[in-house]
Amino acid sequence: MDLYPLWNSLRIAAISSVLVFFMGIFAAYYAVRLPRVLKGILDVFLTLPLVLPPTVCGYFLLLLLGNKRPLGIVLAQFGIKFVMTWYGGVIAATVVAFPLMYRTARGAFESFDETLAYSGRTLGLSNTYIFWRIRMPACKQGIMAGMVLAFARALGEYGATSMLIGYTPGKTATISTTVYQLWRTNDDEGAFIWVMINLAISAAVLLTVNMLERRNRRAAV
Amino acid sequence: MSLVVDIQKRLGSFCLDVSFETEGGVLGLLGASGSGKSMTLKCIAGIERPDKGRIILNGVTLFDAKKHIDLPSQKRHVGYLFQNYALFPTMTVRQNILCGLHWEHDKTKRENALAEIIGLMQLTGLEKRHPHQLSGGQQQRVALGRILVNRPELLMLDEPFSALDRHLRDQLQIQMQEFLRHFGRETLIVTHDQDEAYHLCHRVAVVDEGKVHSLKETTALFHNPASRQAAILTGVRNIAPSAVKTGEYEVEIPAWGLRLTTLDCVQDGLDTVGIHAEAFLADCEVNRFPIEVTGEMREPSGDRIRFHWASQAAESPHLWWRTQNSCLNGNVSELGVAPKDVLLLYP
Repeated sequence: MDLYPLWNSLRIAAISSVLVFFMGIFAAYYAVRLPRVLKGILDVFLTLPLVLPPTVCGYFLLLLLGNKRPLGIVLAQFGIKFVMTWYGGVIAATVVAFPLMYRTARGAFESFDETLAYSGRTLGLSNTYIFWRIRMPACKQGIMAGMVLAFARALGEYGATSMLIGYTPGKTATISTTVYQLWRTNDDEGAFIWVMINLAISAAVLLTVNMLERRNRRAAV
Repeated sequence: MSLVVDIQKRLGSFCLDVSFETEGGVLGLLGASGSGKSMTLKCIAGIERPDKGRIILNGVTLFDAKKHIDLPSQKRHVGYLFQNYALFPTMTVRQNILCGLHWEHDKTKRENALAEIIGLMQLTGLEKRHPHQLSGGQQQRVALGRILVNRPELLMLDEPFSALDRHLRDQLQIQMQEFLRHFGRETLIVTHDQDEAYHLCHRVAVVDEGKVHSLKETTALFHNPASRQAAILTGVRNIAPSAVKTGEYEVEIPAWGLRLTTLDCVQDGLDTVGIHAEAFLADCEVNRFPIEVTGEMREPSGDRIRFHWASQAAESPHLWWRTQNSCLNGNVSELGVAPKDVLLLYP
């Protein structure tokens, strides 16, 4: 059996989770500080991929990155192609998973007691130190939850991925596109195996998170 | 040692316009909630930015709108004890205090300073605990220790005892007195509690609606508040709606329907008069008038009696008399006030 879809899905999900982690935290950190009107507008824009059908996201991505589109042409000159390549899958998964990280991180930052940051500043601690050693640990629960949701969403991404990178065995195939392709070609057995693999990964992720959470709780008490 | 503050800041309809100077010692900012006292501390700490004015601490300009100077909090060397102490919840006591020692790069010196402060603040044995495992008093000592090792030029305490139970407060106020003596540098205390201000501060300023009034020696302010706001905040229970000058040493209070003799010479432009609840005396022959008792509150150390003057207008608020001698109450039909206890209040 060709395990390429497993490997491809995992690397797409892992890379896009890392991207989403930094982008989501960055966006959430600054969104919290914006004036209300601007925050509302930005919020709509950043949350849209969550409520739009993934195929619509894929359509927009094609509009932006398509081979005959300005940005696609410019990128092609540097040898970067997102259409029909596995790293195009990273872009698709990142766009779709981003709102989950952004919204949970924003919620965590909003409930952070800002006087902690103030007192850090009056003690002379640098803003970087305050962010990574005081704000982030205090918001760890929310941010971890966001990470897990984003990873799970990236792993299960189908709509935008199939629009942008299609299905090429051994090249762009992911678990979800493989399941669809095998079922479509009446290979029920093959589809079932991939469904089981997907279930196993999701269960493993959730178990890990629960264990981490329990350990945190014990450390806190 | 000196602190010069002269700042203005608009916040919606509220206008902060604070100006005061101190030269060493402990200064209290006494005011009701929403009077702008915490905002003043935040401006000094660099957390909030004033619209106009300047802040100078020991000759160093922290903020000057005209010269475009606005030092970041990190460079102001100001210790700020927040109302909730703001201990970092994910760090232990030791790590929290080390946050105040980040400037010390020599490891041995840092450990020595840490050990010293843990001894001084009586935190031995608690080094590995997290803030939520400490009592309110312990949390306060950790926060103070963290500030102390940071060696600030100015210490600011924001309602330092508001998060504590009543019975803990008195004990911690004694500790705080010792701590402030040990600290020995410029200190600002924000409080709405007249007892705290009286116990801890050398001088007290009254903050009301964003303005600083009557900065005075603590005892002078409490003995002669001189303004209605200061009288309310220093605990004068009986403040007449208004009073009129009728002689050099006499005032008339229309709402009470009587005239009182004063010790101080009455100035023109008198606003009103105030009388402490403790100042009424059953056996005082001066300023003596008939009363009617309208209520009593029994307390372990004496009673509080609500009354109104026989001559008092019906709609004007009743007065309070605090007495140690509860056996007298039933028979009292007249009360007097010594002329020195009639406090003259000006706008």
